[in-house]
Amino acid sequence: MTELQQANDYTDTLGDFEQGTEQYLSFILDDEEYGVEILRVQEIKGWDRVTSVPNTPHYLCGVLNLRGTIIPVVDLRIRFDMPAREYTPTTVVIVLKVEGGGQRTVGVVVDAVSDAHNVLPEDIRPTPDLGAHVDINYISGLVPVDDKMMMILNVDRLLSVESIG
Amino acid sequence: MSIDISQFHDVFFEESFEGLDAMESGLLNLDVGAADVESINTIFRAAHSIKGGAGTFGFMDVSEFTHVMETLLDEMRNGERDVSSESTNLLLETVDVLREMLIAVQQKTDTDAQRIAEIRQKLEAMLAGEAAEASGASGNPIEVDLTADMVESTQITIGWNINFRPHQHLLQTGNDPVRMLRELETLGELAVVVDDSKLPPFSDLEPEDSYLSWQLTLMGDIPKEEVVEIFEWVDDECDLAIEEIVGESTVAVENTAGSIKDESADHQVPIIVVEQAATKQVEDAKPKASSATPATTSIRVGTDKVDSLINLVGELVITQSMLGQIGDNFTQDMLPQLIDGLAQLEQNTREMQESIMRIRMLPISFAFNRFPRLVHDLSGTSGKKVELKLSGEQTELDKTVMEKIGDPLVHLVRNSLDHGLEMPEVRLAAGKEEIGQLHLNAFHQGGNIIIEISDDGAGLNEDKIFNKAVEKGLVDASEVLSPDKIHELIFLPGFSTADVVTDISGRGVGMDVVRKNILSLGGSVSVVSKKGEGSTFTIRLPLTLAIMDGQTIRVAGENYIIPLVSIIESLEIKSTDVKRLSGKGELYPLRDEYVPIIRLYEIFGLHPKSTDLEDGLLVIVEGAGQKVGLFIDDLLGQQQVVIKSLETNYRKVLGLSGATILGDGTVALILDVPGLMTLYKDPSLAKVLINDEQVA
Repeated sequence: MTELQQANDYTDTLGDFEQGTEQYLSFILDDEEYGVEILRVQEIKGWDRVTSVPNTPHYLCGVLNLRGTIIPVVDLRIRFDMPAREYTPTTVVIVLKVEGGGQRTVGVVVDAVSDAHNVLPEDIRPTPDLGAHVDINYISGLVPVDDKMMMILNVDRLLSVESIG
Repeated sequence: MSIDISQFHDVFFEESFEGLDAMESGLLNLDVGAADVESINTIFRAAHSIKGGAGTFGFMDVSEFTHVMETLLDEMRNGERDVSSESTNLLLETVDVLREMLIAVQQKTDTDAQRIAEIRQKLEAMLAGEAAEASGASGNPIEVDLTADMVESTQITIGWNINFRPHQHLLQTGNDPVRMLRELETLGELAVVVDDSKLPPFSDLEPEDSYLSWQLTLMGDIPKEEVVEIFEWVDDECDLAIEEIVGESTVAVENTAGSIKDESADHQVPIIVVEQAATKQVEDAKPKASSATPATTSIRVGTDKVDSLINLVGELVITQSMLGQIGDNFTQDMLPQLIDGLAQLEQNTREMQESIMRIRMLPISFAFNRFPRLVHDLSGTSGKKVELKLSGEQTELDKTVMEKIGDPLVHLVRNSLDHGLEMPEVRLAAGKEEIGQLHLNAFHQGGNIIIEISDDGAGLNEDKIFNKAVEKGLVDASEVLSPDKIHELIFLPGFSTADVVTDISGRGVGMDVVRKNILSLGGSVSVVSKKGEGSTFTIRLPLTLAIMDGQTIRVAGENYIIPLVSIIESLEIKSTDVKRLSGKGELYPLRDEYVPIIRLYEIFGLHPKSTDLEDGLLVIVEGAGQKVGLFIDDLLGQQQVVIKSLETNYRKVLGLSGATILGDGTVALILDVPGLMTLYKDPSLAKVLINDEQVA
């Protein structure tokens, strides 16, 4: 078996990769499904105690030691004004790479990680404007997945220094 | 064979700047005593290597400019020219211009062409002034050539005819004609006629030999040195004839290989070495080298420091294998061995940490070295007589701290010269020595380094400072201030007492910037002054920025770290001792002063179990020259902490200077005492600062 074939087989085990599609990691927040570009995900780790930082917004849980670097952690439930919930064994921190004024690393707390999806760019639907009801600034599109809807998050806007400061 | 030599640029610049520093201090020494051959040699050597390096890397401006300077130095070295203060001053100016040129090349910015030309003209004028006598005695033909070239270049040169016949073994010495041709092309319009008559049949062709020769016509008003420079390395390996094309009349300048032989011989050895060493890496190193920014810095480390590190690593490996053995088949009775092993590991780690910190340490002479020159120049322009004394130059300091302390030191020295020391006649009238004393001193004290700048000048004029402060609205005219408090006023923003704004100082931005810079390094600055006897500025700085001693404290279930250096004492207090200021602000009488109490949980918005002052402790800390008491729940252990930045992935938080990772892997935040004070005075800043950060 050539190395190339091996590599192909290896990517197959990660999920069916299809030509022309982009992969998204989906996760659950209060029974809703959200997605982020999979290339933005640095790692996924279990929930661990964080150190809270004084005089910061309430949705910033605190800071975490990621192998020697200090990274901020945002609770997305609180960020989206959802009811707070006890952290369970499935609660995870997704560590994301955020662009904008240099690359930063930020963790987000979500209820559970769901799946990796292949999405064709033309399948992404625009987000309808819901006015004052929902802030759609952070959602860059909607994708039907099976019978559910996945909301694709604009990570750079959601986790910019201004919005998590 | 073409090599990307840009990867060596950083080394070249670093060495050149070191060379310039050496030249400068050498020149200043010349000023003091009579001509000392060894110092002239040092200066000459520095100039020579800058010239050689610049030539190699194709910085022709620099190389040519240095050449003129070198010529002057060479005459001094050979005793053909006396060392006059005029020539040293000119050479000092040359050093400045050269430094500017190098910086410009390094940062790829434009040079001040006018200044360069002016200095160059002065140098040439000085050379030409004595060229007649010099040429007779000089044993070095190239210097004579050069002076002749100077005269020639005033005529109009339209171009050069170059006949370039490499010897057969040219390629083996690592030189490549194609590169030279490309180089020539950058000078002007180049016409190339190749002569391949010596080319043997293909079967006899030796790939490492060169058979071609060229007839080149280079059009344009190009100085001859630029053309010669290109062929400098191959002078021994080719027949070269360079003929000038000047309108109708042609002045032929034969350049024999011998005339610049001594120079090429010096440099050929290193360039071959470089090629051999670098050839293999060139391909993969190329993209990296081009993306390298001028910001990359390096440290020169003494071999003894590296050796001691290697020893320590050896010990660490031994300890590790010992612990590994214990761990492999551990039984209860091996516990004492395990404890011993861990103790040894702790020892090793600590020594290793100290050794590594030592690598970043440089003697403060790096920062002090610029002052002889500064004082020389300033005393020249102001007419004041100053003797500069340096002591404690071997005191070591972290490189980062060193870089940031340079400018504040310059400010303070300038201030001492401008405001402190008086003119000679004033000094004599006051019954003092005519020559003023300026003393820079550095020493270690605890975990700090102390730098003192003292002068025996007039001292701070308290009345003048007070009046100025009233005038600027910094204090109220009715206030009664102790002399110390008045001295403090000079550190306030927008304060300046200079009667005339000079180029030395007096813009009133100096002192508050000095203080701000020093505070940002976690240090402090104070002044002691006595009218008529002089002033002493004392700077206190932490030795390093990366690691510090911290005191862990607990507030409302959270752990924080207070830098140990800022803690004065910790005490239990009774709430009956606490005085109130208009019913709100709390003050604690500590001996002879009232210290404001900052309840940490309050400014951090935390909710402790008890807010009773008797249930907690008061930690008296000092920051920005003011004492405050921090009310906390409990003191935990003391430990050394490694400072991590919060800004890397988040932002600056007011009241915190960073974070650290504790032994159990959790994060603890490090308190910033001056920041806490700011937050206490105006709690709304916690929110306002966020907006500032957005703009930034």
